[in-house]
Amino acid sequence: MKQLIKLRVNGIDEELYAEPWWTLSYVLREELDFIGTKQGCEGGHCGACTVLIDGKAVMSCIYLAMKARGKDIMTIEGLEGENGALHPLQEAFIEHFAVQCGYCTPGMIMTAKAMLGENPNPTEEEVRAGLSGNLCRCTGYTKIVEAILSSAEKKGN
Amino acid sequence: MRFDYLAPPTIKEAISLLSKYDGKAKVIAGGTDLMNLIRTKMIKPEYVVDIGHVPGLDYVKYDDKGALSIGALTTIRTLEMSAQVKERHPVICQAAAQLGSMAIRNVGTIGGNLCHASPAADTAPSLIALGARLKIVGPAGERAVALENFFTGPGQTALQRGEMVVEIQAPSMPPHTRGVYLKHSIRGAADLAIVGVAVIATSNGGCCRNVRIVLGAVAPTPMRARNAEEALEGKEIDDALIEKAAQAAADESRPITDVRGSADYRKEMVKVFTRWAIRGVIPKEEAVNETTHIIQRGEK
Repeated sequence: MKQLIKLRVNGIDEELYAEPWWTLSYVLREELDFIGTKQGCEGGHCGACTVLIDGKAVMSCIYLAMKARGKDIMTIEGLEGENGALHPLQEAFIEHFAVQCGYCTPGMIMTAKAMLGENPNPTEEEVRAGLSGNLCRCTGYTKIVEAILSSAEKKGN
Repeated sequence: MRFDYLAPPTIKEAISLLSKYDGKAKVIAGGTDLMNLIRTKMIKPEYVVDIGHVPGLDYVKYDDKGALSIGALTTIRTLEMSAQVKERHPVICQAAAQLGSMAIRNVGTIGGNLCHASPAADTAPSLIALGARLKIVGPAGERAVALENFFTGPGQTALQRGEMVVEIQAPSMPPHTRGVYLKHSIRGAADLAIVGVAVIATSNGGCCRNVRIVLGAVAPTPMRARNAEEALEGKEIDDALIEKAAQAAADESRPITDVRGSADYRKEMVKVFTRWAIRGVIPKEEAVNETTHIIQRGEK
């Protein structure tokens, strides 16, 4: 039976009726239209569905929506730079051509945001380790790592 | 994927729900393992009991004798990052850091990793090697079980009807005791172990004592390599002895062939990783760090 749940997504309180087995990624995409969050493997392996919950990176495809009640969720749509511009991480991904098909990109950027939040000056090795849960099947990871490192250098996190 | 979701606010109510719906209910903590089992239809619980709302199960604390208690709901990431654990039981941090991706470690819990009872569970070998015990509560009250005796098969544990794990306890590590957990996997931490090896031993340059060697992913449950332990116990370690112990560990492992590796390959890797892990606990810092570094980078 559907239950009323309340979530805070990108700073806005949302209320909806959800089935107990719905995942957070399903709710974000199908109920709330935050389709920037992608679903890839739907098993917590590929990282395409990564969002932030209370500032921490989480695989939303295996996170029960019921568990997200009352929590502060940020999706790629919630990222913003100054005066409505793109977020520095988004700028860096464009600048370094770290996007090809784009499917992994929202997850990569949200993971990068969480990573830089905890460690504003990571080494290349730390960035690679931090991205180990995010798969890109187009470009390889070199450009993505470069983008994140450059964003960190510019303190754009 | 359909189930009812129950969120008991206390341990007592959780136990009562688990007893009432025995066989039909599964506990969810972080859900990183459970959601996959449900999604892939490996299990079809009618009820999912979320213990995430039970207060007081998320802690890491030491008593004045240096014994460690970890609340079952403590996330793997919390353990990985704990400064206290890093200082007093570094092997636990080392294992935690190798479990899944950061986004999995942020959500997955120590209680969940153990109760899921995967033969490849990354936290199990080091905790068994440390002599960890579990505090279990159920309808009949409280009991303690040595982690070594907790696993009864793949996905199977000693938990009885209505019972749940609430705490993981590990004794302090005596002076001159070192521990190493090495994981062999293709995609680093994000992947399941092909082989996991934890070695703990006390040695201040002379004889090796209290040797514990525990293997993951090469038997139906995490297993102690007792013959390998015996080969080292009370002896002064040299290369020949390390080889003997590594071979003994490979011989007593009982791996299966699956998508991650053949049984024969796994046995070979038990030998290699046991050898490296033993070198990691004897006081020869440089060689050790080099080996560990290579392994962690996945450059084998």
